[in-house]
This record gives sequence, C-alpha cells and structure tokens, in this order.
Amino acid sequence: MRLQPKTILTDPLINDNPITYQILGLCSALAVTTSMMPALLMSLAVTAVMSIGGAVISAIRHQIPDNVRIVVQLTIIASLVIVADQILKAYAFETSRQLSVFVALIVTNCIVLGRIETFAMKNGVGASFLDGLGNGLGYSLALMSIAAIRELFGSGTLFGVTALPTIADGGWYYPNGLMILPPGVFFIVGLMIWAIRSWRVEQVEQPEFRIRHVHRTEASS
Amino acid sequence: MGRLRGFLDRLAPHFSKGGRLQQYGALFEMVDTLLYSPGDRTAGAPHVRDAVDLKRVMFFVVIAALPCVWVALWNTGYQANLAIAELDLRSAAGWRGGVLDALGISYAAESVLANALHGALYFIPIYAVTLLVGGAWEVLFALVRNHEVNEGFLVTSLLYALILPPDLPLWQVALGISFGVVIGKEVFGGTGKNILNPALAGRAFLYFAYPAEISGETVWVAVDGYTGATALGVAAESGVAGVVNTGTSWMSAFIGTIPGSLGETSALACLIGAVFLIYSGVASWRIMLGVFAGMVVTAYLFNLIGSVTNPMFAMPWYWHLVLGGFAFGTVFMATDPVTSAQTDPGRWVFGLLIGVLTVVIRVTNPAYPEAIMMVILFANLLAPLIDQGVTWLHVRRRDRRRA
Repeated sequence: MRLQPKTILTDPLINDNPITYQILGLCSALAVTTSMMPALLMSLAVTAVMSIGGAVISAIRHQIPDNVRIVVQLTIIASLVIVADQILKAYAFETSRQLSVFVALIVTNCIVLGRIETFAMKNGVGASFLDGLGNGLGYSLALMSIAAIRELFGSGTLFGVTALPTIADGGWYYPNGLMILPPGVFFIVGLMIWAIRSWRVEQVEQPEFRIRHVHRTEASS
Repeated sequence: MGRLRGFLDRLAPHFSKGGRLQQYGALFEMVDTLLYSPGDRTAGAPHVRDAVDLKRVMFFVVIAALPCVWVALWNTGYQANLAIAELDLRSAAGWRGGVLDALGISYAAESVLANALHGALYFIPIYAVTLLVGGAWEVLFALVRNHEVNEGFLVTSLLYALILPPDLPLWQVALGISFGVVIGKEVFGGTGKNILNPALAGRAFLYFAYPAEISGETVWVAVDGYTGATALGVAAESGVAGVVNTGTSWMSAFIGTIPGSLGETSALACLIGAVFLIYSGVASWRIMLGVFAGMVVTAYLFNLIGSVTNPMFAMPWYWHLVLGGFAFGTVFMATDPVTSAQTDPGRWVFGLLIGVLTVVIRVTNPAYPEAIMMVILFANLLAPLIDQGVTWLHVRRRDRRRA
C-alpha cells in the first residue's frame, strides 16, 4: 500500500498522536510543560530533530549494517540534538536553562527512535521527512495543549501573560498546585485521551473481557 | 404506602427497557430502591437468604459514622467558641454570626446547644455542597452509562465531609468531591470497580491542589485570624510533652475536644462506630486489628530506637491512636469493602501495612505528620497485589499437599 504524503503528515496529529494514542514520550511531557514557553521550544527542537533525522537516516538506510543500526541512528540523532541545543542556548538562553537536561534527553526520546526504526528505515527520504514532521507536530500539539492547561490553571498565565489574576497578585484566582506538580500531567493526559476517544470512537481498544450487566428492570421474575 | 408502591409500579414500564423514558431508568431506579427494598430474586439456584444488600451495608456505615457527625457538629462549634472567647470577639464573622445572633444563640463554649449549632453552620454547608455536586456527577454518569445510582455515594459524601477542615472554601469542597467521584471512581466504571477510596482521593486532590487551605496552622479552628496547630502538628514539633503543655491531655484527645478536621478528632466516636461496624459484620475486624497492631508494634520499635533530635520517636502507641486521623482512617477508610483486600489473610497484610507505614511516615517525615490518608491510598493500590499473593500461596500449598 502506497502511503499518501498528506496522511503521513496529518495522521499523527490526532488519529495516531504519539502522546495521546501511542502513549509515548510521557517523560518529557511531564517535565517541560509547567509553562508554555519551554514547551514551545521543546516542541520545536523535537520536531526539527525528528524530521531532519528521519530524512538523513532514510537517505543512508541501505548503507547501514543491520546489527549496528541503533548505534548509527543514535549517533545521527545525538549530533542533531547537540546542534539544536546549541541553537537554543544561543538564542533563548533563559528558557533553555529551564529545559536543562531535557533537550539533551531528546536522544533517548522513544518517539524519535520509534519513528526512525519503524518508518525511516523502510521508506524514502521525502516520506520520512514528512513522517518526522507529522509526528513532531503531533507531539507539539499534545505538549502545547498540556502546557496551556497547566500554565493557565497552575499559575494563571499563558506564555507568562496574566490570564487569570491570582490571589497572590491581588486577583481572584486560586492557583491549582496539582497542575504544577509533574503527576498532574497524568490526570490531564488521561482526561485528554478520554475526550479524544469519546470523539474518535475508533481509537477505543477492545476490552479484554466484558462483565455482563443485567439491569434490574430486565431481570426475569 | 400501598398507593405509592402502586404509583411506582405503574410508572415502572415506562422506565424499563423499551419504554419511552428508558434513558432515565437510572433515576427511577434510584428513587424506587431508596423508598423500597428491591424485589429482585435470582431465577435459578443458588438462593441466598440474607437481608443484607449493598444499600443495607452502606446505610450501616452511615449509622456508624453518626457519632463522628456529632463530633463534627459539637467540636467544631466548641473550638470556634473557645477561639472567639480567647480573641475576645463579640460574634462570629460573616453570615454565620448573623444567623447565630438572629437566633439569639450565645458563644458560650459550655453550652452544648450553642456549640452544636455553631458547628452545624460549618458542617452543613460543606455536607450539602458535597451531596449536591457529588450527587450530580453520580446521576450524570448513571444516566449516560445507564447503570444504577449506588448508595455508596451516601457513604463517600459523608466520610468526605467529615475529613475536611471546618472553614474550607465551599468551591474547593465541590472541586474535591468532583475529583473523588469522577477520577477516583467513575473512570474505573463506578461503585465496586474503583481502585482508590473516592473520599480520600478527593481529599488528596485538595491537599496537592490547594495546600494552603487544607494544611498548616490556620485552618483547623473555624475562626479567622486564630492560629492553632492540630495536636499531631504540635507533637511533630515538640513531642507528647509539647501536646500536654498546650493543655491537651490524653483523655481530651481520646474524646476529641481538640482542633482538627471536622469529624475525625474523636477516637471515642470512631470506637463506637467500630463496635457497631464489627457487630453488624459490615466492616472487616481483621483490617482494623491489623492497622492497630501494625501501629502498636512500629510505635514501640521507634520508642526502643529513640532519637535525640526527633521527639516523635518517643511518642507511645496510645498517643498515636488518639491523634490526627488515625482512628477515623482505621475504622472508616481502611475498611472500605471495595478498595481493601478481599481475602482474609490479605486483610491482615493490608491492615498491618497501613499501620506500619502510618507510624513510619508520622515519625520520620516531620513535614507531613498526618500520614494515614496517603498510606491508605497507597495500600489501596497494593490491595489487588496482596490478594493475588494470597491466592498464589494458597494454590501452591494445595499443590504441595497433593504431590
């Protein structure tokens, strides 16, 4: 089956979203989403690394020996991550300090390696670039939604601009501390998955077993 | 009575499967089973002849909690009236002062009626909001999923209201019970399928989301501007001697005339509830005894080890018993039939785990002396594993006997 360029790009946005459908990359989603600015930079870095990395590895996929392929993939991804890290440090120093180790940890991000193993190693350069871009954008979409919720309800701001004036600043909004704590992301992601699967019912998995319910009014008497 | 039954029976076909109002069947069900015992019978064998059903079980827990409700009414008012006398105020702040003045109720801490009414003005709004908001979620989920509205919520709402500090803002009460009912229970499929105790899940949510309103020193007595740590908080700072220095004897902590969450200060009220629950067979005595034994042993071990810097090491077990939420958690929270272990040996393990961990965290974590809420939630998570282990051991023992 030949993949359409459009679906390669748009499928990972909602239908095959790396975070809400594949449930990958939660570690960085927990760590960098307390406010929107770091989340945005992280999204850009991951998207850039994934799309360029996908294209590069796809270009040399026939030359990579099969038994050392992970080492080769990691070398290329790590080089790209170092470049991305240096660019962030050059142009957004303060925010890159907030991101601390998590930019470097893109190397081990399971979404990046997963897409390269399953897609870029088997498809052409253009398709791999689009796949990396699509998954990067899907990751970004999820990350930015989580960050928007966390920053709005956790500190009453969006991109640092006051949206809900907090009690501490003389406003009316009590910031919700759970939003700032990393475990709060599990609730947000869980509720997001719930919402998406209520909308896109085909994402719902088949239950492993089903408890048979008998409503009282249909019990035979 | 017969007329009401007849009326309900005439309505029943409309709400049952295929009827016009089928999607509201859960609502009809709720009203019907609240008024009358369900007449359902199993069609085939085996037949169980027993008066106990889910409704009876849940209602017994509510009855068992009544002494704690009385403590919530009386002690909340008692503490508030004491604080008012101490701060030399003329009346309570806000609308509560208006209501009490209009009724001509004094602020005398000696008067049982004045205390109970003053406390009621704190407890009843919290309980009403809990019932309204949590009940709305329950009914909404019952309608959408077409399952029954379970009486479990009666228990959840009452226990939840009893473990909150008295002047918690009402919107936080609403948020907490929403979290407890939706995330703690309904996402798992409703009563009987929940992993966590919904009341504790709601309170834990509030603890992490709005720590300023549910911990610290200003929230335990319902008077603005009055600072008073709970006795457990004092103990974490300066040990049992510090508690006694503030004028709190063991007896007053046992009876519950100390500041704290609405209904959990009195070990005596919890003990009465425990006796009723065990006598009626509703709650597991193995869990309660397990928690108690685990607490006694661990407290004794800490006494033996001793510490120069941490006064909590020296706290004897009978003080652990009466301070904080230990008694309430043991009797009402740990014994939740859904989220605790289901096998008898598993119940012992489950109880011991709670007792041991509670004291370990109380003693070694001075930042958060009230441990039992988190410990019970943690044990809830482990309960299925404990049961699994008990089953494995049982299977292995039988295999060995046959070999």
